[in-house]
Amino acid sequence: MEALKLLGILIVVIGFALKWDSILTIMAAAVVTAFIAGMDPLVFLQTLGKSFVSNRNMLITVVVFLLTGTLERNGLKEAAKDVMAKVKNATAGIVLGAYGVFRVIFAAFNVSFGGVAGFVKPVVMPMAEAADEAGGHKMSRKHHEELKAMAAGMENVAWFFGQVLFVGTSGMLLVQGTMADLGYTVDLPQLAAIQIPVAVVAVVVTTIYYAICDKKLTKEDPKQLEAEAAAGVKEED
Amino acid sequence: MGVIEFFQSADVTLSQKLLEVVYLIIGLVCIYAGIRNAKDETNEKRIGTAFFWCILGILFIVGPWVPYEVDGVLVILMVIPPIAKQVGKGADRTKPTDTEAHAGYKDLGTKIFIPAFSIGVVALIFALFTKISSLVGITVGVFIGMVVLHFMRPKQNTMKVYLEDSRRMIDIVGTLIMLPTLLAILGSVFTAAGVGNVISDIVGAIIPQGNMVVGIVVYCLGMALFTMIMGNAFAAITVMTVGIGAPFVLSLGADPVIVGSLALTCGYCGTLMTPMAANFNIVPVAILEMDDEYGVIKKQIVPALIMLAFQTILMICLVAL
Repeated sequence: MEALKLLGILIVVIGFALKWDSILTIMAAAVVTAFIAGMDPLVFLQTLGKSFVSNRNMLITVVVFLLTGTLERNGLKEAAKDVMAKVKNATAGIVLGAYGVFRVIFAAFNVSFGGVAGFVKPVVMPMAEAADEAGGHKMSRKHHEELKAMAAGMENVAWFFGQVLFVGTSGMLLVQGTMADLGYTVDLPQLAAIQIPVAVVAVVVTTIYYAICDKKLTKEDPKQLEAEAAAGVKEED
Repeated sequence: MGVIEFFQSADVTLSQKLLEVVYLIIGLVCIYAGIRNAKDETNEKRIGTAFFWCILGILFIVGPWVPYEVDGVLVILMVIPPIAKQVGKGADRTKPTDTEAHAGYKDLGTKIFIPAFSIGVVALIFALFTKISSLVGITVGVFIGMVVLHFMRPKQNTMKVYLEDSRRMIDIVGTLIMLPTLLAILGSVFTAAGVGNVISDIVGAIIPQGNMVVGIVVYCLGMALFTMIMGNAFAAITVMTVGIGAPFVLSLGADPVIVGSLALTCGYCGTLMTPMAANFNIVPVAILEMDDEYGVIKKQIVPALIMLAFQTILMICLVAL
């Protein structure tokens, strides 16, 4: 039965869904697939080894670590905060959009500021909150919750579409390797160049969508606050 | 080919030779992290941790010089400590303090972006103006950044600090660093076992061959959907490209650059919509102390669908029309 070969995919699905150890899940899927396909154990080991050697490029991050940790020690995050703080008199939607632009540009140079834990929570969220609460406006819990979701969403969108602009990002190396196995030669700068309009559209679309959501939430805040007070929802912080 | 012949051979390009040097550096950094962990009494799992990083480092260095089955055995040995939950980190004594970072900021301000940007700029220069791999460019960019940062604040930024900070970064990321590579390996095993062909048979039974527009639509949606199932575009790209991209799009003469590049980001649209990609979509919920476990995904669905449609249409316009 040919379709049995898809069992490995099923293992990955179940493994990730049930939160098994990711490495265990991947290895189990590999072993089961090889077994079902009747792969000789020696060939299996050779496939593993050969594939590791040809995918060593995906761990280029280790070299980058030589610099990034020390950049942080020299105040990289403070400098990034400084740049972000230039966004003034804005709504939360604009703050998130500005962060998206900022994040995409830096991602294209493979520079990160610590993601959700390191930058969104301590820097972007307080700025977005302050923007929407300017002039004594009160945010409902629902608004607050959705603003957090949008901040994390902007982080993901900008990072995903920004990092593919970096020549030598692991995703594009994998595309290059896959194409090479199929007999096609593709250049990394060309792979990245196509992504420039895509990244622009991604950030613009997400910014507009989040700005609309935020505006709507701001408008609904008084009503939502009443409803939440009636339902006995605690105010945040 | 032995090591010495490889580096002396005129048939091996300079890029390949330099790339092996880059891998040697990566290997040494990993081994450094392994040895530091072995000596770290505050790390309860120091033996497993040291074993993992040292084997990874050795694999990087000896990889192409030993038979592939030996590499395969080393890969299996390497994944044992993480599976047995024996990889961890010690007390982070060298974590930069706020005072330290603030002092750096006071000295450098936004000038810190000069060494920060050097990685990307040099990688781009290498890619555009030389035939040498941009990975070598990244490495040169890192070294230039290190030198610049050293001269900006010579007392604070010594070689020992760089090495310790890279060890710290490695410890923070931990075994997760292997996920993309392991997913790529899984992709190769799937392909070697013929999973791509099974998928292509199934798809072939449903859609007509020879219609590039239909092929592109199925390939793009397939990338997003398969990424949602697998939780990672890296796990999807190889299988989907072999199974759908090659027979239904590329074989009809589509430009592999456009097709491959956009297929990956169609996969990323899938990543934005799936709880399987926990580190992007579920972990932030916890970090930001949100109530709704799927709150982040809900706010990503609209942009992801728009981007998926945009990229599918873009691919059709660029290669099929």
